Amino acid sequence: MTTTTLTLAIMSPPYEAERTTTAFRLMDAALQRGHSLKVFAYEGAVSLSMAEQKPHPNPVKGTSVEEEAHPTTKEWVSELFRCYPDQLEWVNCGLCVDERGATSIDGPHRGGPKDFAAMVLSTDNTLIIPAK
Amino acid sequence: MAAATSYVLIETRDPFESAEVDSLFELAGRLGATADVSVYLVENGVMPLRSSSTAAPTIAKLADRVTVLADDFSLRQRAIETNDLASGVTPASIDRLVELITTTGCKAMWH
Repeated sequence: MTTTTLTLAIMSPPYEAERTTTAFRLMDAALQRGHSLKVFAYEGAVSLSMAEQKPHPNPVKGTSVEEEAHPTTKEWVSELFRCYPDQLEWVNCGLCVDERGATSIDGPHRGGPKDFAAMVLSTDNTLIIPAK
Repeated sequence: MAAATSYVLIETRDPFESAEVDSLFELAGRLGATADVSVYLVENGVMPLRSSSTAAPTIAKLADRVTVLADDFSLRQRAIETNDLASGVTPASIDRLVELITTTGCKAMWH
């Protein structure tokens, strides 16, 4: 199997659209197959790695945090870095981070559209996942 | 020699939700006249794939011209059985999508 390097641009914020799940499925599948991935998170997608996210209980159902086992997208990002440390680069648009106060967990770093252009030019293919 | 151009068009919407889906199908059909084209239907994009859907004939016609793939995870989420798909549609895992977009010369477009 030939491995390649992909750029993936995402824009959708967490907990709003099914495409967040689809994007993470795609990232995991590509990394599992040995491909390298450069992710550019733009606009609301910078909140995917926002450190302040917290799992919560469900008072309506009377379930605890542990029983809910509520996944957060920051954990998904963190797990991708843990499982594929040498294959993944993740850039959050710095201005988008500042606008949202979306300070990131370790792993992703700040950048801008220039970084996205560099990613596109340095990788074998690019997929842009637009917000609806 | 340059690699042959192929296309993968990814559709997440149901044609009953957005008329733009028909435009994507038309684009895929036209591209399919001169290139290798795959349409990967995911999320609500799989909704018209039931054989009883009024969109099934359109999908089957498209599948005569290009490869039409249905994301297996999205099918399971919507309780759409793989033996109840429109003619010519093939269930596929997201690994297949990875294969397609990592093929040299492939142009990938998420609609």
